Amino acid sequence: MADVHLGLKKLREKFPSSILAEKTFRGEVTVTVPKGMILEICRFLYSDPDLRYHFLTDLCGLDLFPDTPRFGVVYLLYSMKNNERLRLKARIGEGESVASVESIWKAADWLEREVYDLFGIPFENHPDLRRILLWEGYEGHPLRKDYPVEGPDFDKPFVPEV
Amino acid sequence: MAEKQYMTINMGPQHPATHGVLRLVLELDGEVIVKAIPHIGHLHRGVEKLSESKTYHQVIPLTDRLDYTNAMGNNLAYVLAVEKLLGLEVPKRAQYLRVMMAELQRIAAHLIWLGTHVLDIGALTPIFYTFREREDVLRIFEEVAGGRLTPTYLRIGGVSKDLPEETKGKIKAFVESFPKHLQDYETLLTQNVIWLKRTKEIGILSKEDAINWGVTGPTLRASAVKWDVRKAFPYSSYDAFDFDIPFGSVGDVYDRYIVRMREMEWSNAIVRQALERLPKGPVLAEDPKIGLPPKEAVQTDMAALIRHFKIASEGFYPPPGEVYASVESAKGELGFYIVSDGSNHPFRVRIRPPSFLNLGALPKMIEGGLIADVVSAIGSVDIVLGEIDR
Repeated sequence: MADVHLGLKKLREKFPSSILAEKTFRGEVTVTVPKGMILEICRFLYSDPDLRYHFLTDLCGLDLFPDTPRFGVVYLLYSMKNNERLRLKARIGEGESVASVESIWKAADWLEREVYDLFGIPFENHPDLRRILLWEGYEGHPLRKDYPVEGPDFDKPFVPEV
Repeated sequence: MAEKQYMTINMGPQHPATHGVLRLVLELDGEVIVKAIPHIGHLHRGVEKLSESKTYHQVIPLTDRLDYTNAMGNNLAYVLAVEKLLGLEVPKRAQYLRVMMAELQRIAAHLIWLGTHVLDIGALTPIFYTFREREDVLRIFEEVAGGRLTPTYLRIGGVSKDLPEETKGKIKAFVESFPKHLQDYETLLTQNVIWLKRTKEIGILSKEDAINWGVTGPTLRASAVKWDVRKAFPYSSYDAFDFDIPFGSVGDVYDRYIVRMREMEWSNAIVRQALERLPKGPVLAEDPKIGLPPKEAVQTDMAALIRHFKIASEGFYPPPGEVYASVESAKGELGFYIVSDGSNHPFRVRIRPPSFLNLGALPKMIEGGLIADVVSAIGSVDIVLGEIDR
C-alpha cells in the first residue's frame, strides 16, 4: 500500500464536511460518512479518474446495539488501479433506510438484499429488494443482536393440528 | 395477434447439475433464456450469527464447513484475519506449511470441479481420474491433520501439528506425478470437438461486467483480468514463491476451464517450492496467551494443562478494532471482516464468500443463451452452496 492513502486524501479534499470519523487500524482505512451522502460519495470514488474504485469487494451490515444510531452499513471498496482498499461506513438508525448503490456496482444487488434480509435495513431504489437467504414470510432478522442464536422458536416445536 | 407468452421452468433445488441446492427459475422463449432468477439459501446455517457466540478458536471448525471443498483455504482466511487483529507474527515454517496445504487444497478443489463439470456436460470418464488424484491429496491431509474433508488444520498463530517426515515423501511423489495426470485430463478434453462445441463462446462474461458484478477468482481471470489476491495483497509468504497468474481472453466457459487447468499446474509448482524450501523452526507462534501448548506438555506439565484449559474455555482478548483479511481460495476472494469489541468473542464475523458474488453474475452469463448451455455455465462458475448460503 502507498504511504499516502489516495482515496482518503481525495475524500478530504472533496467532502471535508462529510467525514464524520476516520480511523486507520492495522493499515486499513475506515471513513465514517453521513448516510445521506453515501450515493454521492460512492459515485465520486467510482468515477474519479485517479481513484477508480471499480470493485465493490463487500457490503455488509452491523448491529451496534445498544449504541445509537443502532445499525451500520459497511462498504469495502477496492481500486485495481491503485491496489488500494477503502472502507466506508454509514450509521443508520432503527426504521431508517439508506440509498442503494446498485446503480454503481451490480455486485451490490445481492449484497444489499442480504443486509436487508439479515438486518432488516431497507435500501432505497433497489430494483428487487427481497429476502435472499431466508424465505419470504420469515419473521425477524437473525443478525440483529436481540435475535436469539437458537432462534425464537427452538423450544416450541411445530405440531400440526390433527 | 395473441400476446407473447414465455414458458417458465424451474430447475433445482434437487437437480444433479446445480452442485448442491441451487434453484433457478428460467423464463424461456422457445429454447432461449429470457430471464434467469437464482434462488439461494436452502443451506443457510447461520454461520455468521453462530460465530458471535464462540471464542475465536472455536470459529475455525465452522469455517471448514463453508466451502467444503476448500477447507484449508477457509481456515487460512479466518486465522489471517484474527492474526491481523492481534498483530501476531506467524513463524516462517507455519507460513510455508499453510501455503503448501492451501495449494494442495486448491488442486483437490479444482479436481472436484473438473470431474463434476465435465460430467454435467456428458463426459463420464474424467471424474474417475480426478477423484483418484484427489484421494491422494485427502490421504496427505489425513496424515497431516487427521481429517480429510474438514481437517481444521490451521490454528491462530500457526498450524496444529508439524509435517510428519513420512508425509513429505508422499507429497513429493504427488508433486512429481501430478503434471502427468494433468496431461491425461487434457488429452481427454482440451482438443475434444464435443467439449469445444459445448464450451466455446458460451456463458460469456465481459471484463467490465465481471468487475462490476464483483466476480473474483478463475471466473474473473478468464474474463482477461489478471488479478489475484496472492499477488495483489501477498499473505503467508506468497511473495517468496515464483508463480504466474493464468488468465483468459474471451471469458467463456472454455477460458474458465483453461485458466483452472493452468492454475493447477502453478499450484503444483508452489507445493514443490514450499516443500524444497521449507524452513526449520516452530509451527506455532510462541505467545502463551494465544497458542495452545503442545499436547505432550499438557499431559506432563501442570502449568501447560492450566494454560490449555484457559485458552480452550476462555480464549483470549484481542484489542477492539475491525480488520479485513482475504485469501485467494479455489473459488475467488474469500474474505473475513471481523469486528472486535475487546471481549473474547468476535462482535461480528462477516464472511465475504466468492461464490455468492460469482453466482450473482450467472444470469448475466446465461440470459440470451440456450437452455442446454445453462448446465455448462453453472459448472464453469464452480459454485459451492455451503459457502453461498453460509
